[in-house]
Amino acid sequence: MSDSTATRANVYDVRPASEVPAESPLAWSCHTSGRPSVSANSRVVLRERAMLGHLILRGGAIVLDEAVRGVLGFGLPARPNALSLSDDGERSIQWLSPDEWLVIVPGGEEFALEQRLREALGDAHYAIVNVGGGQTLLELEGDKARELLMKSTPYDVHPDAFPVGKGVTTVFAKSSLILRRPDEARWELVVRRSFADYLYRWLLDAGAEYAIGVEQ
Amino acid sequence: MFHIYCPYCEELREEEEFHPKGQAHIERPKDPEACSDEEWGDYLFFRDNPRGIHHELWVHAVGCRKFFNITRNTVTYDILETYKMGEQPRVTAESLASQQTQGNVQVASGGQQTVGASSAAAEAIKGEQA
Amino acid sequence: MSKSLKQPNRLREGGRIDRSRKLSFTFNGQRYQGHAGDTLASALLANGVDIVNRSFKYSRPRGIVAAGAEEPNALVQLGSSEAAQVPNVRATQQALFEGLVARSTNGWPSVQRDLMGMVGKLSGSLMPPGFYYKTFMAPASMWMTYEKYIRKGAGLGRSPMEPDPDIYDHLHQHCDLLVVGAGPAGLAAALTAARSGARVILCDEQEEMGGSLLDSRELLDHQPAAQWAARVLEELAGLDNVTLLARTTANGYHDHHFVTLHERRTEHLGETAAVKGGYRPARSRMHRVRAGQVILATGAHERPLVYANNDVPGNLLAGAVSTYIRRYGVVPGNKLVLSTSNDHAYRAALDWQDAGREVVAIVDARLSPSGDLVEQARERGIRIIEGSAVLEAKGGSRVSAARVAAIDIGAFKVTGQAETLACDTIASSGGYSPVIHLASHTGARPTWNEEILGFVPGLVKGVHAAGSAHGVHDLGEGLADGVAVAARALEALGVSARAVELPQVDARREGLACALYQVPHEKPTLRAPKQFVDLQNDVTAAAIEIATREGFESIEHVKRYTAMGFGTDQGKLGNINGMAIAARCLGRSIPEVGTTVFRPNYTPVTFGAIAGRHCRELFDPERYTALHQWHVEHGAEFEDVGQWKRPWYFPQTVNGKQETMHEAVARECLAVREKVGILDASTLGKIDIQGPDAREFLNRVYTNKWLKLEVGRVRYGLMCKDDGMLMDDGTTSCLGENHFLMTTTTGGAAGVLEWLELWHQTEWPELQVYFTSVTDHWATMTVTGPEARKLLAEVTDIDLARDQFKFMDWREGTVAGVPARVFRISFTGELAYEINVQANYAMHVWKTLFEHGDKYGLTPYGTETMHVLRAEKGFIIAGQDSDGSVTPEDLGMQWAVGYDKPFSWIGKRSLSRSDTRRSDRKQLVGLKPKDPTVVLEEGAQIVFDPEHAIPMPMVGHVTSSYYSPTLGGGFALAVVKGGHQRMGETVYLPMADGKTHAAEIVGTIFYDPKGERQNV
Repeated sequence: MSDSTATRANVYDVRPASEVPAESPLAWSCHTSGRPSVSANSRVVLRERAMLGHLILRGGAIVLDEAVRGVLGFGLPARPNALSLSDDGERSIQWLSPDEWLVIVPGGEEFALEQRLREALGDAHYAIVNVGGGQTLLELEGDKARELLMKSTPYDVHPDAFPVGKGVTTVFAKSSLILRRPDEARWELVVRRSFADYLYRWLLDAGAEYAIGVEQ
Repeated sequence: MFHIYCPYCEELREEEEFHPKGQAHIERPKDPEACSDEEWGDYLFFRDNPRGIHHELWVHAVGCRKFFNITRNTVTYDILETYKMGEQPRVTAESLASQQTQGNVQVASGGQQTVGASSAAAEAIKGEQA
Repeated sequence: MSKSLKQPNRLREGGRIDRSRKLSFTFNGQRYQGHAGDTLASALLANGVDIVNRSFKYSRPRGIVAAGAEEPNALVQLGSSEAAQVPNVRATQQALFEGLVARSTNGWPSVQRDLMGMVGKLSGSLMPPGFYYKTFMAPASMWMTYEKYIRKGAGLGRSPMEPDPDIYDHLHQHCDLLVVGAGPAGLAAALTAARSGARVILCDEQEEMGGSLLDSRELLDHQPAAQWAARVLEELAGLDNVTLLARTTANGYHDHHFVTLHERRTEHLGETAAVKGGYRPARSRMHRVRAGQVILATGAHERPLVYANNDVPGNLLAGAVSTYIRRYGVVPGNKLVLSTSNDHAYRAALDWQDAGREVVAIVDARLSPSGDLVEQARERGIRIIEGSAVLEAKGGSRVSAARVAAIDIGAFKVTGQAETLACDTIASSGGYSPVIHLASHTGARPTWNEEILGFVPGLVKGVHAAGSAHGVHDLGEGLADGVAVAARALEALGVSARAVELPQVDARREGLACALYQVPHEKPTLRAPKQFVDLQNDVTAAAIEIATREGFESIEHVKRYTAMGFGTDQGKLGNINGMAIAARCLGRSIPEVGTTVFRPNYTPVTFGAIAGRHCRELFDPERYTALHQWHVEHGAEFEDVGQWKRPWYFPQTVNGKQETMHEAVARECLAVREKVGILDASTLGKIDIQGPDAREFLNRVYTNKWLKLEVGRVRYGLMCKDDGMLMDDGTTSCLGENHFLMTTTTGGAAGVLEWLELWHQTEWPELQVYFTSVTDHWATMTVTGPEARKLLAEVTDIDLARDQFKFMDWREGTVAGVPARVFRISFTGELAYEINVQANYAMHVWKTLFEHGDKYGLTPYGTETMHVLRAEKGFIIAGQDSDGSVTPEDLGMQWAVGYDKPFSWIGKRSLSRSDTRRSDRKQLVGLKPKDPTVVLEEGAQIVFDPEHAIPMPMVGHVTSSYYSPTLGGGFALAVVKGGHQRMGETVYLPMADGKTHAAEIVGTIFYDPKGERQNV
């Protein structure tokens, strides 16, 4: 990290060096609302992928794309509402607005990634913000997952309108979230920490019809 | 419940995702201190309330968070076009009126929302005036 | 079998009911039996139940008139238990199920003989049109009393008094094409679109799809029409791109082809949805459909003829008679007289005769009718009386005869001698009105079509009408129309239509109908027996005539004066007749008079379906901080701050007794002032700001100066709107040369972020800066009080030395082993550290602080204590001490205004407007009650002179008021006119209970005015 970068922005690893108990945004919800078990009747399965690294990238597409390609090995989705994944599916970049992208990487990678991106970006005008504590990733799977989404969001989730590789920020129940489709089988929901309990209770309530189960 | 084409997300979205922010193209005076109280008051408080074509500022609040403009018919609620900040409307009350005087039914396409919608609006406007 | 279980009007065969399944039900306390496939109405008719209700205004006995949504009389209240009560259900739309319990909506105290009946008979003259306005105008104070009895007597139904056990939900639907109505035109249109690959939703309000095909006499491909419907529906059901929604009414057509459909999912099975597999399915569902194009194939409603006593039970629509016979195997009487203005209604007589009952006569208003159906009737030897109409029905609780005479429609008079025909049923048909309600919801005006004698819908772009809905009543033409209209809709969608082969329809010759809306009587309308136009609202032809005589010329005014087409009826049956009568009275044509506007909803929708899942604990989002579980487990009472749940105070149990709020807050306040307290401040809005122009941007949106804030320092700032009024406040820290962290009020977070984006995107796009919300990312814990430093020192590696980590500094380090940013800012006036950690680790840090905090007396405190402590210091809360009409100067905060900043920052220019310069503006001051035991009421109005005559001039109000355990009494913040110049003066607060409090105007800082305690 160059000196000029260091003084221009305050960047540091928000994760503790030693083992410290951490709680995902759903810790309280699982405690009070429980986790309905997955059964043979479950036509929707919900699981949380907690503690991932979440970074917001802001800046011009061309500049960021070059840096991201160099650091992550795959490019920035340039089209609106597009989602790009690494070959192993573990890392993703999603278009959020013409100058904003969401990067999700395995937990612990985000600090090094931010540093390398900042190095690559040098003097360009951009912003990188770690938002990993503020949101969590939920997954929905099952043949009724789409119908559960139809109960919840006014966005059209028909495969014609929402193909694999798409992601949008939209209204969900009386809240909002990021909805994305990384592959044929799964839907991903990026929810804000403070709304997570409401959305969890909503999903259990709306999913009861499909015997929704929550995977540990 | 409007269906609004976000010029940044490049697709139609539900009204729930947007917030209306009032009349579009209200520019803050470059030198407020040079304004008289009356000029400053006009900028702060006075807005148009037309029957017909209106240009409005909206924000895609639950979405890309970008501000953009809408040309909307306040009578029919037709949205004739949406356009990005810094752009000028292609459909205005004047442009529709002049097309009418020329007897030209063809209305210039104003952005992607308007595919098909603008000619309907033109007819509606003409109906109003007829 | 008891007598009541017989079904005297049930035919031995025919109909689409399942005769193997008998269902018993109760109506007005009497048990009856029907069959699966019946509606409540068809089952009541099968059982010979003539009277189903009492009328709204005159309390006249009423029977079933129609077979669908247009039924005006048979409104029932469903439910065997209190919780299951459902008001305003049309018996014609309610499927019969085992154990159904229904009562007449309007029958108090009984349908057969009731109190209101007497009132109606005695006081008919007291109830002219406009009776609400005329009769109950005065005294106004009695209105509530009148209203209670009128409502009960008039029978608008009632809502349940116990919680509804059922659940409801919403489904968001999207399609290329929505087809409303699954009759011939709708089915043809849906089939065309479906085969072309478009995403299609087809909905129909009836129990079974097929519409008129289900009871048609006509053949399609030489087979009963219902068979073709079944084949089409089977094909559609097998297609992935088609969603079929039966029992689903399109109730509202909103902007840009957003249509709300109401699907009744279990209402045909029982009054409460049965639990299956541990889950109770949704009783009904609102489909919120966004469609590309919409085809309205909503059919037509038959118009009854308006003649004297046309409301006596036994008067039915001709089409309804056919429907009951052919679809339900029920013939609703023995001897029929049919009065018609058109050929189509003849099928009622033919069906009646086929059912083995007597057709006394067909009375046709036309001279020499000659269509195929007419010929059929002639060939059967049915008596046809031409150029005539039924003038008047005879009978009290059931039709006993019809008086028939020749009429001259043009001259509006009876020309022949009346003949009385004994009968028990009069079927009438005055033509067919397209169902234009949904199209009207879009704001498009319908237009009168003289050819079909009806209004056809006005259509906005993307909306199409097909079949009877725009006057194409002929079956063969309707099917072809469905295909053609679908092709047009598909073309607009950019989809090429695939050809659909239509079934063969036998050609049928149909004579022209004549226009007959009100049948003349020997007596003038005002003196003839009542001729009902709108049965549900008890509006008569005479009432409309009176309205026009009293000067109401606009049809909208006539509607409001007479109540025609009001309420759940929405003019389905009577509107056209009413408008035609108004037109005749006014000497105008129907198009000149025009039509009233129909509004959503088309039929009543249960509130449950509107609320969906957004009820009870899911009514509104509740936002929790990362420490919520700890708060709950430690007995916190919560306060709603926006959608957040914040700990309000933490009552403890002392000597087996739980503290009151007052006791808890006093304890918490003293703990902070004397030892150390901790607050969960995570809800504060936090915005990460990066970019080379971040500093310049701050300088423009805040009132104070930001150019020289050093890295490591924090500054408090005020944010105004451009009108100079305070909008929000908070601290912003310089994290790096190009990097700042802004905090906002809890409630202002989203608004401030949008505000910053607004200015950046619309006015100053050239500034290089980005804003990102990090509210949820950071958890914030405020450790404050004299012992705060000692406590924090035990768990942090940050140097807390007074000269190293000063007031309004921030530092980075670890707290409890977790990377943290610690800010030395104080909202309590005491030494304070705001610890920010990534939210996932907050619980660990919080608990670690408590592990170390016992010896220092660490006390959790909530928002109430926070409010007391900040108010003692005169720290404002934006939105409580300010309200959008308060400038920084009004607040006495000139120290936070950079008057000499070069850029004219947001709000600056407004501070020199004449209005903001007034010396008598309401200004923020402190108030000290003269009686220290008094805690003033927040919002209490302030006056200078308590002896002034009422109304006293009000000069301000209390904005914040608390009891301070530190000060030993009540104290308040208030805005008072010219308050800054009135220090030491006494003001008065007259209260609702008659007491008047006196208080002294003092400065806003009640505690530690020099700020020494926060700066230690």
